[in-house]
Order: sequence, then C-alpha cells, then structure tokens
Amino acid sequence: MKSLTKTTLACAVSISAAMSAASAFAETQITVATVNNGHMIEMQKLTPEFEKANPDIKVKWVTLEEGILRQNVTQDIANKSGLYDVMTIGMYEAPIWGDRGWLTPIDVSGSYDANDILPSIRQGLSHEGTLYGAPFYGESSMVMYRKDLVKNAGMTVSDRDSWEHIRDVAAAVHNPSEGVYGICLRGKAGWGDNMALMTTIANSFGARWFDEDWKPQLESKEWKQAVTFYVDLLSKYGPPGSSSNSFNESLALFNEGKCGMWIDATIAASFVTDPSQSKVADQVGFAQSPISVTDKGANWLWSWSLAIPAATKKAEAAQTFVRWATSKEYIQLVGETNGWAAVPTGTRASTYANPKFQKAAIFADAELKAINSADPTDSTLKPSPYVGVQFAAIPEFQAIGTTAGQMISGALAGSMTVDQALKSANTSADRQMRQAGYY
Amino acid sequence: MTLNQQRKLKTIMTGLFAWTIALVLFFPIFWMFITSFKTELQAISVPPALFFEPTLDNFRVVQERSDYIHHALNSVITSFGATILALIIAIPAAYSMAFFPGKRTKDILLWMLSTKMLPAVGVLVPIYILCRDYGLLDSRTALIIIFTLMNLPIVVWMLFSYFKDLPKEILEAARMDGATPWDEVVKVVLPLSVGAISSTALLSIVLCWNEAFWSLNLTASEAAPLTAMIASYSSPEGLFWAKLSAASTLACAPIVIFGWFCQKQLVQGLTFGAVK
Repeated sequence: MKSLTKTTLACAVSISAAMSAASAFAETQITVATVNNGHMIEMQKLTPEFEKANPDIKVKWVTLEEGILRQNVTQDIANKSGLYDVMTIGMYEAPIWGDRGWLTPIDVSGSYDANDILPSIRQGLSHEGTLYGAPFYGESSMVMYRKDLVKNAGMTVSDRDSWEHIRDVAAAVHNPSEGVYGICLRGKAGWGDNMALMTTIANSFGARWFDEDWKPQLESKEWKQAVTFYVDLLSKYGPPGSSSNSFNESLALFNEGKCGMWIDATIAASFVTDPSQSKVADQVGFAQSPISVTDKGANWLWSWSLAIPAATKKAEAAQTFVRWATSKEYIQLVGETNGWAAVPTGTRASTYANPKFQKAAIFADAELKAINSADPTDSTLKPSPYVGVQFAAIPEFQAIGTTAGQMISGALAGSMTVDQALKSANTSADRQMRQAGYY
Repeated sequence: MTLNQQRKLKTIMTGLFAWTIALVLFFPIFWMFITSFKTELQAISVPPALFFEPTLDNFRVVQERSDYIHHALNSVITSFGATILALIIAIPAAYSMAFFPGKRTKDILLWMLSTKMLPAVGVLVPIYILCRDYGLLDSRTALIIIFTLMNLPIVVWMLFSYFKDLPKEILEAARMDGATPWDEVVKVVLPLSVGAISSTALLSIVLCWNEAFWSLNLTASEAAPLTAMIASYSSPEGLFWAKLSAASTLACAPIVIFGWFCQKQLVQGLTFGAVK
C-alpha cells in the first residue's frame, strides 16, 4: 500500500513538473486578419523575424478581400467571438469602435515613440485622445500626371492647382483617338470608392455632409456645383465607362498610358513609378489635390491600422505584435530587406526624415505634404460636427455614403440628373439620420 | 433539298449550336487559365494579350504565400464529409417518401426545396452566433454541418426521383422473402441505385467544393477551404488579376479533373427523371 502511494505521488509530481515545463514554453498563437495589399504581404513574409525575437508567440494570418474583411471583423467584434486577436481596420472604424469599447487601447509606452506618428494619422485613429489603431500605413490623395503629355500640350501642372485649371489641362491632353483620356477618376459607387474622391471635391467647393444639427446638406448649392463639375469633367475628358472605375481600374488605365492625369490615393505613386508594372514609370509627375474655394479637406486621409479587439484572450501577445509591426524598427527592417521604396509610408515622421527613403521614393515629399495638409477635425469650410475628411466617422455613414455614391454614379452614367441624384441622396440621408435619432 | 440532306443539316446545326454554347461556358475557365501565366501588366492590357511569354511566377507567389495543401485538405474533408453525412440522412428520407408516400409527401418535398430559395445572408447572424456559442467557429465540423444542410434538399430530391422509378415489385418480392425495411434498403435498393447515389454524391461534392459564402463567414485560418484562399488574392489597391487567376486555377484544378473523370455519372445524375 505504502509503495502504491509512493508511486502515485511520484507520478503526480512528474506529471505536474511536465505540465509546468510545457506551460513555461507554451506558444501563444495569435490570429491576424488583414487586407490583401503589398505592404501587408511584406509583413507576412517578415513575420518569422518577429517569431524569432518572440519565440513564445506564433502568428497565423488570415488575408481577406477588403469588403469581406470588413464584414468578418465587424461580425467578430460585434459578437465578441474572439476569432481574431489582431485585426486590420481603417480610419473610419477605429474611433467608432474605440468609442463603443470594442477595442483595447494601443500600448504606446516605452520605446514605441508615439510622438513620431504623423499627427493627422494619430488623430484620425484615436477617440478622445486614446489611440485605438496602430497605423501600419497611411495615405492621402494627390494628382499623378504624365509630364510628357502635359508638356506636349503646352500646359503646366503646379504644386497646387485649382480644379478649373485641372479641367483645362485635361481638355488639352484629351485625345481619345490615340487612346489617351484627359483625366481618370473614381466613378464606381461606394462610400470608399467614388464618394472618397467626391467628398474631397465637395470639401474644396465649400460643401459639407452635415450642418451643426446633423442635417444632411447634399442639396446645398456647394454640393450641386461640385457634383456638376465632377460629372461634366469626367463625361467630357474621362475614359468610357468611368462610372464603374475605382482604384484598380484607374491604376490599370494609367499604367497602360491611357490617362493624362489621375487623382487618387498616394499609395498609387509606388505602383505608377514601378517599371515592372507601369509603361509610363519614368514620365510621372506629382502634385497636391486641386482646390476650388478652399484648400480645406481637398486631400483625403486614410490609414490601415492594426487594432486589438477587446474580446481577445491573448491581448498581451497581440500588443507585442502590433507594437513590433508598426514600429520604427520594423520600417528599418523592411528598408534593409526589401529596399527603401518598399517601406510602408504615411505613418511616421522618421520615415520621411530618412535620407535613404527620400532617395528611393521620388513621391515622398508630395505624399508627406498631402498627409500633413489633411486635418480630420477641420475638413470643411463651414463648421461641421463630424470627424473625417472624406467620410463622417459615424456608424450611419457607410449606408449614407454608399447611397449617395450610387446616385452620383447614376448621374455620371447619365441615368439621372445631378439635381435628381442629390435630392434622392439627401432624402435617404435625412431618413437615416432621423431613424438613428440625431434629430 | 432531300430529306437526308435536311437531316444532315439539322445534325450539323445542332452540333454547331452545342459547340458554341460549350465554348461560351468554357471561355471563363480558359481565360482564367491563360491569365494565370501572364504578368500583372499583361493581365490588364487592352486589347488583351493572346500571345505572350508565359510565366510561372504567379504560381510561385501563390505557393509562397498560401498553404495550398492545408486549404485543399480542408476542401476535401468538408466536401466529402458533408456529402457522406447528407447521403446518410437522405437515403432513408428518399426511400420512405418514394415507397411509402403520404398525403403530404409532395408538399414536404417542395418545402425542402423552398429552403434553397432563402438567401443565405438572411440566416447568417443566427448561424454565426450558434457556431460561436458551441465553439464551432473556424472548424471543419461547422462547415460539414452547414454544407450538409445546404445540399440536403437537392440530394433528397435526386434520390427520390430515382427511387420512385424503381419497380415496387422487387421490394414486394423481398418482403415476401422476409426482408425487414433495413434489408430492403441495404440489400435491394442500394445495390440497384449505385449509379444514382454516385452521381448524387458527385454533384454534392462539386457544390460543397465551390461554396464560398459560409466558408468565408465561418472560418478564419484553421478550417478555411480553397474558396477562402482565392478570396485572399483580391486586392483593393494594387493589380492582382494574374495572381488571383493562378490561385483560382489551383483551386479549380482538382475538382475539374475529378469532374472530367466522372462526367458520365454527373450527366446521368442531372438528367434522371427528366426524360421519363
């Protein structure tokens, strides 16, 4: 009996020791949901470096198409499923989800150097001063133009032109018989598609989405002028079928040499200057987004950021990963591994101060200027109650923006007039805001 | 024109029409296949490049970025698992409805089919919450259950259509020899229906393999099948058509080859009952 007790005790001690040893070396696996773009793919490739430095953390990646990512992470976070430990979210979601308590604040202590983050990006990803999304890359909008075509047409593009001058340049270089269109712009319906650009045009024409009482302002004279100008410009000097073009379609056209100018996200600069994918890589010039009556809100501001859902059980490991992936050291690692033209931009001042980056990225100055000139808290000429440049950071905006996008895309396609489009969009927005209890 | 010539012309015209339809249907697959061997710039060029120097670079990228074997294994397990489960449920259901029809059998069959008309997104939230509560999110079990439920109406219908045309006298003879209902199914109905069951199973496998909605919504990394892998190659900012085509080609290849070998059974399955 005594011997049996001894054996049992020895077994228990051994099992317990084995379990403690196992838990001491237990791996924490975190699942990261992300969108498919070049910078994110590079991060996946460099993850072994993180795992080498943090042997107790293993990273699993889930890459999704943007729309599916939005749907999946919203489902996950709203239902507190805990499927993802780190999720890629945009500047639109970060403050809203932070406000609802769905996200864990980003730990900006110690060596993270949060003061190095570009102020406008940090502001856009925060709610009441707390950072809820660590910026992985940021972008604004700018003009990309064909220097050869503009020169041959006897025109110039300055650092910050008016929309009227841009229209004149588009008219001068427009030559459809040669397969060259004056200007390529987004026309595909969607709050993040045509409405991102349309809102910046409207901002520069002095328009705003809502007045101080949250009443939609889409029928104002500023919106009418802006949308009329946009529809007229794209109908006369844009490629056929513009109402179904967004970033990728315009990128394809520009890289094929079919656009005289293209106004879109600054991230496009690295694609259009890459000879392996652009036929006009050596002929591209950059300028700031055009203005009309004001320069407020003329450049949009967007950032993809890494956020940690409040429901995750692996918050500590998630914080470690997020801090690594959005650190200065990570940017240094990408620069040294893949070249400085490939580093994620639009997040940290130190990136733009780096001479190696300045040398590798000819678009660096224009990009930094565009991002710095965007202020999400002051993007309209008349006072407005919302935060965001090309969107209003309220939960209702996705639906309101997409409906307005459909109407304006319809006006561009010629299925309705600008007045009809704006009236329908305003009525729909008004209904949504009433139902949501804003007034 | 003689009657013989008219017949010949009719045959040629029918053949031409069938080939045209077949080519139209096959064109997207052909285009996906050749795009997967292009560079991103060639993939978007207008007019499209028909003659180009093929590259395997896109396949290399897919191989590097995605764990193809893991996704393919998930597709195989969920497709075959759901099909087996669906057959286990559907065979007795179809047998009872075919050989012992009640007053409402036709209504039940129609009701079963009507569930296929419900938009999947309508039940997404309750099913997502059920999966969350039972710890089934990102599991193959969840996909097998969902795929089974999704295909069950079609599987029951197909088997029912076949079973009801089996001569009832054979079953009566078996009963006379003392066969129990279990014996009737196992020893009489199943051996007579091997062809029908195989073609039904094949169709169910193809439908499960191609399913994307539930796969994308209920899985993340562990249980994601090939359809989820394809979706990861679509990019909001950047050219992706060539890589997406390579991923799609790799995802489609197993089921296309499988279908090619089994096309006789598939056609038989899709047409039984149609000409009777």
